[in-house]
Amino acid sequence: MFSAASISQCLTINRFRCRSRRLLSLGCFPGTEMPFVPNIVFRDPRNDDPIPCFRILDENGDFVKGAKDPQLSRDFCTRIYSQMIRLNTMDTILYDAQRQGRISFYLTSYGEEAISFGSASALRLGDVVFAQYREPGVLMWRGFTLQNFADQCFSNEDGHGKGRQMPVHYGSKALNHQTISSPLATQLPQAVGAAYAFKLTKEDRIAVCYCGEGAASEGDFHAALNFAATKDCPILFLVRNNGFAISTPTSEQFRGDGIASRGSGYGIPIMRVDGNDFLAVHEATRQARTFILKENRPVLIEAMSYRQGHHSTSDDSTQYRAVAEIKHWKETCDPINRTKRYLLQRGWLTEEQDRHMQDHERTNVLAALQQAESKKFPALDTMFEDVYDKKLPHLREQERAMLEHVSKYPDYYAVEH
Amino acid sequence: MTVLSSSRNAIKRRLQHAPLLRAFHVATPLAQGLEEVDNLLPVVETQQMNMFTAINDAMRLAMESDPTAVLFGEDVAFGGVFRCSVDLREKFGSDRVFNSPLCEQAIAGFAIGYASTGHTAIAEIQFADYIFPAFDQIVNEAAKFRYRSGNEFNCGKLTLRAPYGAVGHGGHYHSQSPEAYFAHTPGLKVVVPRNPLCAKGLLLASIRDPNPVIFLEPKALYRASVGEVPVGEYELKLSEAEILRRGTDVTVIGWGAQMRVLEEACKYAEDVGIQCELIDLQTIFPWDVDTIEHSVRKTGRLVISHEAPKSGGFAAEISSSIQERCFLSLEAPIQRVCGYDIPFPLAYESHYVPDALRNFEAIKKVVNY
Repeated sequence: MFSAASISQCLTINRFRCRSRRLLSLGCFPGTEMPFVPNIVFRDPRNDDPIPCFRILDENGDFVKGAKDPQLSRDFCTRIYSQMIRLNTMDTILYDAQRQGRISFYLTSYGEEAISFGSASALRLGDVVFAQYREPGVLMWRGFTLQNFADQCFSNEDGHGKGRQMPVHYGSKALNHQTISSPLATQLPQAVGAAYAFKLTKEDRIAVCYCGEGAASEGDFHAALNFAATKDCPILFLVRNNGFAISTPTSEQFRGDGIASRGSGYGIPIMRVDGNDFLAVHEATRQARTFILKENRPVLIEAMSYRQGHHSTSDDSTQYRAVAEIKHWKETCDPINRTKRYLLQRGWLTEEQDRHMQDHERTNVLAALQQAESKKFPALDTMFEDVYDKKLPHLREQERAMLEHVSKYPDYYAVEH
Repeated sequence: MTVLSSSRNAIKRRLQHAPLLRAFHVATPLAQGLEEVDNLLPVVETQQMNMFTAINDAMRLAMESDPTAVLFGEDVAFGGVFRCSVDLREKFGSDRVFNSPLCEQAIAGFAIGYASTGHTAIAEIQFADYIFPAFDQIVNEAAKFRYRSGNEFNCGKLTLRAPYGAVGHGGHYHSQSPEAYFAHTPGLKVVVPRNPLCAKGLLLASIRDPNPVIFLEPKALYRASVGEVPVGEYELKLSEAEILRRGTDVTVIGWGAQMRVLEEACKYAEDVGIQCELIDLQTIFPWDVDTIEHSVRKTGRLVISHEAPKSGGFAAEISSSIQERCFLSLEAPIQRVCGYDIPFPLAYESHYVPDALRNFEAIKKVVNY
């Protein structure tokens, strides 16, 4: 099990061993300290035990045997639950809005709500988040409002990013959440660079970087982990292993023991956690954060989950997986249901309160959607802004040409709202 | 050390009598630089530097004036394979000048992330030929960082330095000139200096420019190009071309190491009575179209030369833009004297590069058209 104290202890021993070795380093290959053996040692990782998965709650919301109650308060847990409901409601309504052609694209977080909220609730607002795209719960926890989400998805003048990026590409400077971009895994080495900046300025904060198990196949994943390790950066890599990258199952993505096993090769402390268990994700993240700041070293957490929804609104996942499988995960392992059962058992929630909460969030999401839909697009001249810090001469010239052209055919280029 | 204002004429006299090759490396660019610097500062102390020492000096000054500035890349800690970062780790410490693992996409990504916190990142790619693993980070990430976030985030404090261009024996992967790939990407600036004085002034401006800059250093000139460089701070403006030689018959443009080739071609032309107006573009993108346009309106003829292959090279952009702007002034088709559309060869480098003779022929061709 992951424990900051025990890891520190191991580190001390290791460091001592390294130092004593270095005195005799002429007998070793550069940068190594392995013993020689007279027989062939052929290690097959298939013979290794799988890295265990840390959980506190079982599917019914009961504490598993031997688990330690992290003693999060009623208010705190209820807040996490209500935000899970909020995200889930937003997902359902905005997904339908895309189906009705009101927004161009959407991407749900179904089944991964505990990863977003469990981890976000264990971080500090000062920690800078670099996300992939299926972690809007992190922004929600930090205070991004339903209106903020809806405005971005509708590309309206109040939306983050001046209507330039596809829906779900959120970001917020005030909430220390870097703007999402579509290219997978590019945010990983960037997060390491940001973490290095915090280390140099001795700030009490870390970089947190989310990605999926598919993105972990990108070269940038390798790039980031190796840089983070060699530069001793205060960064948390949180990989959401939900079983699929669009249609590709993990069996076609990798053959090792998931993503966590890779961390060891880079010299990065790892752990695997049940991503449907909000308490486990929270505890793992909290302890990882403490360790990272204390040791100035990266940590890799692999959160196991299942992508219950389609990959996006452009995907029908029943083309490549059984409906029964999706149903099974939804009915037995859903992170929101597990959280609800935990709260019910503690007497912190009643069915009536739950219904009320659901209705309340539904009303709020619909109101935000309506508002967002009624707002204008950003002004046309914002299209040429922010390419550089200033609108450069060639861009002013092209903007003039565009405006002149558009004014010739005003009906053709009319914007609906 | 020299005090420019008092001995400027003496330097000029000395340089005019220098042998031809040396005169190019030192005299012509310096004469231009002197005027520019003289206008800014009445008394300027200078020091003789080659290009790598000038780059080293620029980075030293940038790091002195900005405590957030870091310099990293493959093998920069011991001074760099071209000596550009020599002594900087000793001066600024191993936290600010450090080796990275051997991974270009990570160097670029790390630099972007570091710059995104508002701190200054000077990253080195060992050869421009090896910048392509970082292409995604540069084109999809660095270039679009500000735009896509609605100006909430930016990586403007990022400068990526890379040695580029022919070096005599570099073959496929130690010779390339990739500027056109990056010039096709809105959000980036691409800068190439031609001598030590420009290298220092343009690099300081690039490091401090609030936009990501790709700074390509002509590796053939790291040691070969020597000149008087002002001691201390100065910056040369980005997106400003510099007229190195006034002429009335034909406009000749290039950048970086190609400038010494073009200077030689202009001298050959002068011998047969053709007066070339020679212009160093300096910033490849966003480029100084006005200066070129103004010159071509006067001369009516244009020759553009670069080492990179012809098709899709940046000369095509210049040629097309000038044709749009100067249609009625043009007396001859615009000539592009470039590398051929083949990978950069080893044994036949001398036949591949757009040398002075090939440029001389193009100059005669437009004049005699």
